[in-house]
Amino acid sequence: MTVTLGKYALPVLGSYAATIVLLGVLVAVTLWRGAQVRRALAAVEARAGDE
Amino acid sequence: MSIWEYANPKRFMDTSTRVLPVLVLATFACLLVGVIWGFFFTPDDYRQGATVRIIYLHVPAAMMAINAWVMMLVTSLIWLVRRHHVSALAAKAAAPVGLTFTLVALVTGALWGQPMWGTWWAWDPRLTSFLILFLFYLGYIALWAAIEDRDAAADLTSVLCLVGSVFAVLSRYAVNFWNQGLHQGASLSLDAEENVSDVFWQPLVMCIAGFVLLFITLVLLRTRTEIRARRLAALLMRERMA
Amino acid sequence: MIALFLRDVRLAVRAGGGFGLAFAFYLLVAVLVPLGVGADGAVLARIAPGILWVGALLSCLLTLDRIFALDFEDGSLDLLATAPIPLEGVVLAKAAAHWVVTGLPLAVLAPGLGVLMNLDAGYGWLVASLMIGTPALSMIGAFGAALTVGVKRGGLLMSLLVLPLYVPVLIFGAEVVKRGSAGLDGATPLMLLAGITAGAVALLPFAAAAAIRVNLR
Repeated sequence: MTVTLGKYALPVLGSYAATIVLLGVLVAVTLWRGAQVRRALAAVEARAGDE
Repeated sequence: MSIWEYANPKRFMDTSTRVLPVLVLATFACLLVGVIWGFFFTPDDYRQGATVRIIYLHVPAAMMAINAWVMMLVTSLIWLVRRHHVSALAAKAAAPVGLTFTLVALVTGALWGQPMWGTWWAWDPRLTSFLILFLFYLGYIALWAAIEDRDAAADLTSVLCLVGSVFAVLSRYAVNFWNQGLHQGASLSLDAEENVSDVFWQPLVMCIAGFVLLFITLVLLRTRTEIRARRLAALLMRERMA
Repeated sequence: MIALFLRDVRLAVRAGGGFGLAFAFYLLVAVLVPLGVGADGAVLARIAPGILWVGALLSCLLTLDRIFALDFEDGSLDLLATAPIPLEGVVLAKAAAHWVVTGLPLAVLAPGLGVLMNLDAGYGWLVASLMIGTPALSMIGAFGAALTVGVKRGGLLMSLLVLPLYVPVLIFGAEVVKRGSAGLDGATPLMLLAGITAGAVALLPFAAAAAIRVNLR
C-alpha cells in the first residue's frame, strides 16, 4: 500500500513530524523528570533508613 | 469503595502502578491503529486532497486541549472543596500536557491552513480562542512555578483556573462577535448532517481514543512524579530539621 | 470602606505615582504609534479605536501592582484583613480607588488623544466605552494583583495572568469605538461591555479576597 500525497506532501508530513516531535518532547520530559525525582527520593529514603 | 479513596496518595500510587502498564499498551495500540489506518488506508478528500490526513492529529489534539482544561477545572474544584492533595497535583500535572496539545492543534492547523486557505494564520474565532487558551495555560503554569509554598500555590492556581474558565468562555463568545470565521463547523457531532463521512470518521474515532488514553497516561505519570516530589521535599525538610 | 477608598485615592495622588503616570504613559502610546506607523491620516484613523483601547489597557496594567503590594509589604493588608469590614469590601474599595486615579482620567482625556490619532467621529462612544469598560479592567487587575501579591517581582507574572483576562473587555470596547467612528450605532457591544463590567464587579471581589487570604496565611 503506497500513499501518494502529491503536492500536499510537505504539509501532511510536516504535521505528522511536528506532532511527533512535540508529543515526543512532552513524553521525554515527563519520563526524565519522573526518573530524576524517583532517584532522588530513593536516595533520601535510603539515607533516612540508615539512621 | 468510592472514588474518594484515591485521595489517599498511597492508594493512588498502588492503583496507578497496576493500571499504568495496561494504559501504556492501550495508548500505543489505539494511536498506532488510528494513525496507520488514517494515513495509509483512507482515500483523499475530493476537495482537500491528501491534506485531509492532518485531521487525525488536529481534531483529537484540539479536543483534548479543551478537555484538559475542563479536567483541571474539576480537579481544582475538588481541591478547593475537599482539600485532596492528589487532586491539586493532578491539575498541576495536566497543565503542560494541555499546553502541548494546544500547540499541536495550532501547528497542525497552520500547516493545513497554508495550502487550503492560503494562509498559515487567520484571525478566525476558533484560531483566536485557541491562542487565548494557550495564553491561559502559560499563565497557569507560570503561577504554579512562581509560588514557593505548595498549598498556597495549589489554592491560588485553583482560583485562577475557576476565574480563567469563566473568562475563557467569555472570550470564546466575544471573539465570535468580533470576526466572522473561516474555520469549518464541528467535524463530529451527533446530528449526522454535519459529520465527516464514514471513511474518515472511523480512524478519527480511533485517534481520539488514542489521544484520550495518551492524556490519561501522561497525567497519571506526571501526578505520580508530583506526589514523589512532594514526599521528597517533606523528607528533605525533616532531614534539615533533625 | 469609604474611608479606605479615600485613603487610597489620597495616597495615590500625593505620592504623585498613579495619577499622572498612567495618563502620561497613555499619551506616550498615542505619540509613539504614529511615529512607528507613519503620519498617514487614513491609516491612523482606521487603527485609532484599537490603539486607544490597547493603550488604555496597558496604562491600567502598569499601575496594578500598587493596589496591594505596598500594603502587603508594610503590613497594613494584615490589619485590613482583620478589620471589621469584609475583605471583599476592601478589595472593592481598592479597585474603585484604582479606577478613580487611572481609568477615570483616561476616559475623560481620551478624546484629546483621539484627535492626535485622527479619529473621525464617535468621541462620545469612545468616552462611554472607556467609562464603562475601565472599571472591569481595574477589577480584573485587582484580582491579578491579589494572586501575585506574595510573589517577589511579580509584575511580569501578573501581566501574563491579567492580559488574557482582558481579552473580552478589549474586544467589546474597541468594537464600540470602531462602530462609533464609522458612524454606526455602538449600543450592542456597549451593553455587552457593561455586562462584563457588572459581572466582574459582582463576582471578582470574592475571588480576589480568597486569593489574599491564601497569601496572608
